[in-house]
Amino acid sequence: MLDQLNISTDEEGYLLNLEDWTIDIANAMAKADDCELTPNHWEVIDFLRGYYEQYEIAPAIRILTKQIGKKLGQEKGNSKYLYELFPHGPAKQACKYAGLPKPTGCV
Amino acid sequence: MAKSDLLPLKIKVPELKLGSMSHSQPYQANADVQTALDLPSELIDNWKVVALETLGVELKQSRALRVYLDSCIKCGACTDKCHYFLGTGDPNNMPVARQDLLRKVYRRYFTVAGKLVPKLVGAEDLTEDVIDDWYRYFHQCSQCRRCASSCPIGIDTAEISMVGRRILDKIGLGQKYSNQIISKALTKGNNLGLPGPALADTLEGLEEDIVEETGINVKLPLDQANADILLVTPSADFFAEPHVDGLIGYAKVFHEAGLSWTISSFASEAANFGLFTGNKQRLEEMAERIVQAANELKVRRIVFGECGHAWRVACNYLPPLLEKVSTLDRRYPVPQHIVEVTHQLIEAKQITLDASKNDHRRITFHDSCNVARASQLGDVPNGQLTIPREVLQASCNYFFDMAPNTTGQNTFCCGGGGGLLTDELSELRTAGAKPRMSAFQALHKKHGITHMAAMCAICKSQFAQVFPHYGFALDQVISVHQIVGDALVMTKS
Repeated sequence: MLDQLNISTDEEGYLLNLEDWTIDIANAMAKADDCELTPNHWEVIDFLRGYYEQYEIAPAIRILTKQIGKKLGQEKGNSKYLYELFPHGPAKQACKYAGLPKPTGCV
Repeated sequence: MAKSDLLPLKIKVPELKLGSMSHSQPYQANADVQTALDLPSELIDNWKVVALETLGVELKQSRALRVYLDSCIKCGACTDKCHYFLGTGDPNNMPVARQDLLRKVYRRYFTVAGKLVPKLVGAEDLTEDVIDDWYRYFHQCSQCRRCASSCPIGIDTAEISMVGRRILDKIGLGQKYSNQIISKALTKGNNLGLPGPALADTLEGLEEDIVEETGINVKLPLDQANADILLVTPSADFFAEPHVDGLIGYAKVFHEAGLSWTISSFASEAANFGLFTGNKQRLEEMAERIVQAANELKVRRIVFGECGHAWRVACNYLPPLLEKVSTLDRRYPVPQHIVEVTHQLIEAKQITLDASKNDHRRITFHDSCNVARASQLGDVPNGQLTIPREVLQASCNYFFDMAPNTTGQNTFCCGGGGGLLTDELSELRTAGAKPRMSAFQALHKKHGITHMAAMCAICKSQFAQVFPHYGFALDQVISVHQIVGDALVMTKS
């Protein structure tokens, strides 16, 4: 399905052009990783996209966990829950589905 | 210094698996990244001429390099010292074999015997196959110097792999992960590419978290001119866990000690990947950002956060550049490490620690290779080994050291150092962590260790990724200053 969408990505599957992003692309990327996007996944993806639009960077983990805690309940406002949603790491996997570049650095 | 009650770890030398890691190589940097660093973006036509010219220049500039390439006696002392060899069994990961990748070319083109009778002296032509091997195996060295410390002659494979990478860069084979980071650090001031407003937002969020947790208004100031201390810390401290809890720990210590401090948005990065790629020009440019920030903010002290190779750069490259900062108070070490600052505050009784606050933890310490073997800390011999342990022992009641042949100057790299902390090298990183994990497992079995403390951003990220492969949880790696911060008795509002 991802192939049929005809999008350009880098070697690791991150979108080369942020503006190419669509909901279908996010779903297809998740499916390729055997992951089904639930409303809770979308809470994270939407927040990442909004934050990126404002700050040109994905949010730090603490900002993300705090936001998710507010939206989905305090018991979910931690990185353990985010790892349940995105087992390859919330920063990397969620950024990919959100169409954002991969975070770089010692992370 | 804490003494381990364990016998030396029995390190099994693996069976040789010829070429078993020949498939492992990092992604190459694309044109955008290479161009930003004034480097060619693909293998250039006259690569061989440029490679040999570059090696020639290196040999002229570094007498040490020539000595390293001339003087190996093939004694074998280094063969079982590299964590990547121990983890993979690929003989090209024996340090001597890694050095020979460059040495054979050196001999062929720069020694009389190699020019006349190459086959008799192990000299080989520089071919594309050799270049391919360089790209693979110079990116399977984390430049940790464990082999160098066992070499009777002192041959430093880290320097050789840096030269190898510098040549590769010059002929158009740059490494994506490191070069992308360098270009971000040079434009945005940090490896993440975190712009100033995002950094300000992140720090404000952390201040709110601390108030919520402690009820105390601990500040994380940004760009505050005339602060006493400029904190230069790895940008992972702003972004990731468990790093951020270390940053909170530094902030609590500064607050409780009544020290004024600031972070700079212009130089918001301690890490310096120019070291890893052997790109001295870029290394100095990034270091110069710290100098400029210190001058502009008129700070009196510069303190480095928990970052292994940043401290190596801080000790080995930064001091002459910092001569240009006139406001620095030379009664303090320039620069100084956060662990040393905390250590002095504990000794002077300017802060109080309640070690029982960490009674739910049983802690060990992973010496970061760059701190243990490439730098110094404090004013006592081997302070880089003793001072972090003294700080930890003041902060917790249950501290245990891993086996002595895996700690201190014998420490094993975490497996992700030297610019290799990238996902496409996960197989190598997991295998390279094996010696450290074996030591941790042995200690865990004997003492029920719950946490491994580290004071390097790369070590923390690497362990968070590889712990689950070895039966541990990713949150069992912890920042030294999280342990300090949790034990700190907060008396000031």
